Amino acid sequence: MDLTVHIGNLKLKNPVMTASGTFGYGEEYSEFINLNRLGAIVVKGISLEPMEGNPPPRICETPCGMLNAIGLQNIGLKRFLGEKLPYLRKFNTKVIVNILGNTIRDYIRLAQALEDERVDGIELNVSCPNVKKGGIIFGTDKKMLGRLISGVRKSIKKTLLITKLFPNTSNIHEFAKIAEDSGSDAISLINTIPAMAIDIEIWRPKLANITGGLSGPAIRPVAVRMVWEASRAVKIPVIGIGGTMNSDDAIEFMLAGATAIQVGTANFLNPKSTVEIIDGIEKYLKKKGINNIVDIIGALCYA
Amino acid sequence: MSRYFRAKVVSNLPLNKKSNLLTLRPLERAKNPEPGQFYMIEVGNSYDPLLKRPFSYFRKTSEDIQFLYAVRGKGTLLMKDFMEGEIINIIGPLGTGYPKPSRGYIAVLIGGGTGIASIFSLAERLTKNAYILHGAKCREELLAVNELKSLKGESFICTDDGSFGEKGTTVEILEEILTQNSRLKTQNLIYACGPRAMLEAVSKLAADKGIKGYFSLVEYMACGFGACLGCAVKTVHGYKRVCKEGPVFPIEEIVW
Repeated sequence: MDLTVHIGNLKLKNPVMTASGTFGYGEEYSEFINLNRLGAIVVKGISLEPMEGNPPPRICETPCGMLNAIGLQNIGLKRFLGEKLPYLRKFNTKVIVNILGNTIRDYIRLAQALEDERVDGIELNVSCPNVKKGGIIFGTDKKMLGRLISGVRKSIKKTLLITKLFPNTSNIHEFAKIAEDSGSDAISLINTIPAMAIDIEIWRPKLANITGGLSGPAIRPVAVRMVWEASRAVKIPVIGIGGTMNSDDAIEFMLAGATAIQVGTANFLNPKSTVEIIDGIEKYLKKKGINNIVDIIGALCYA
Repeated sequence: MSRYFRAKVVSNLPLNKKSNLLTLRPLERAKNPEPGQFYMIEVGNSYDPLLKRPFSYFRKTSEDIQFLYAVRGKGTLLMKDFMEGEIINIIGPLGTGYPKPSRGYIAVLIGGGTGIASIFSLAERLTKNAYILHGAKCREELLAVNELKSLKGESFICTDDGSFGEKGTTVEILEEILTQNSRLKTQNLIYACGPRAMLEAVSKLAADKGIKGYFSLVEYMACGFGACLGCAVKTVHGYKRVCKEGPVFPIEEIVW
C-alpha cells in the first residue's frame, strides 16, 4: 500500500504531519511515539528573537475544544538552530519550520537562515490571533499577503514554502489564489479561530489575553468546508488542519481536497494520536480496497 | 515503559460530600512516581470535556496509584462516576517533584484542602521528624486525617470554623512553629500545596522570616508533558511550565 504524498518538491512517506505549536520541537513526543513514522514535523513557530509569550491563564476548555493564547512563546532562531534542529535532524522525517515576524524583512531573514541550514520546508505563519504583531496583518490583507509571499519566495531558492491561512475571511479561495500566484508551493489551513470565553462567576474573561484561538473537534466542520473551498481554487497542494482527532477525520479532510493533514490539539489528549492516525488510514484504505492514498484526495462525490 | 498507559479503576470512594479517593491499577508496566509528581487523567471519551485533568498522586502502593480529588467542575463530576473495573488512559508520572530536605533542616509540610494529596506523598517518604499541617474550611472538608496520624512527624489539623482540630488556618500554625523554632535555632524548610491565597500568605511569611521552601503550583494545562505551553507561571527566570519545570518551584522564584 502506498501512503506517499507530494507537497511541492517534498515527498512525504505519509500524509500525517504535526501542527505547529502543538508538537514543541519534537522532543516532548519522542518518548511516546517513533518520530520516524511521521510524514513531517512542523515545529513551534520561530521568530528572530525569543518571545516570552502571554501571561497566564493561557488556555481554557470550551465544548469539544479549547482556547489558547500562548502568545507565540519561542526560543528564537539562534537557539532553535543551535539546540533543537540538530535533534530533529536525527530522524527520518521531514522538518518544516513555522516562522513569524513583524515585517517582510523578518520573514526573509528567517527563511534564508533556515534554508542555509537545509530545513525541508518553511511554513509562513500569517495568522496567529494572539499577538498584536503576529503577522496577522499579512493574513488579513490580500495585498500584504502577496507581497510577503513573493518577497520570501524570491529570497530563497528551492526550500518548500507553505502559507498557513487565517480562517476569518468570507473568501478563503481568494487568499488561497494569492498564495499560489505569489509563489507559495502549498497552503495549510485553518489556523485557530479567534474566540472568547467568560467566567460568569467573576465576570472576567477566562484568558488573560481576553481572546484566544479555538481549536479541537469543535472547529473541524469549518475547517473541512474551507479546505474544500480552497482546494477548488488552486492547483497547489492544500494541507488540512482543524480538529483532526482520528483517521476518520483525516480521511474527511483528504476527501475534501487535502493532500496532507496536520494533527494539532489531538496530540495534547493522546500523544500517540499521529501514529494511530497513520495506522487508521492504512486500515481504511485496506478495507476500501484502495492501494494508493492519492486516489482519495479530493475524491468527494457530489451526487 | 511508556508514561502513556491504561489503568483500571480499582475503587472510587467518596470521602465526604465533595471529595473522593480514586485507586487506579496500571495495566502496563509503569514508572514509579516521586513525591510531588502528577498524572493526567482521562475523564471521559467523548470530546466534551476535551482535555485530561492533572492530579498529584496521593499514595503509591505496590500495585496501585491513589488520587484525592474534589468535585469542582465538569471533569471531576465525570470522575465521580468512574466505576470499579472501568479502564481509562492516563499519562504520568509527570513534572518535577519535591527535592528532599537537606541535612540539618526540619521540614514543615502544609496541605491546604486537596493540596494535602501532593504533600502526603512527600510526608510518607520522610525518614526524620517533620511537621505536617493540614487545613480546610470545616471538618467535612478535611481529608486523610487518619492517614496523617500514622505518619512519622507531628501533625496539626485545623479548620476555619473550628469544627475539627484547631480553629484557624495553616498559616497561623506555621507562624507559631517558625517563631518557636527560631528561638531554638532550628532551621525549617517549607513544603506547601493548596489554594493560592494560602500560598501567597505562606510566601510572605517565609520571606519575612528568611525561610526557604517549595510550593507545588497548579495552572490550566492541555497536555501535561511540556508541549502546549499553556501552564506557564511567572518566575524570576521568566515563564516556566508547571508541567515540566514544575509543579514544584522554590518559593523565592515565584512571581505573584
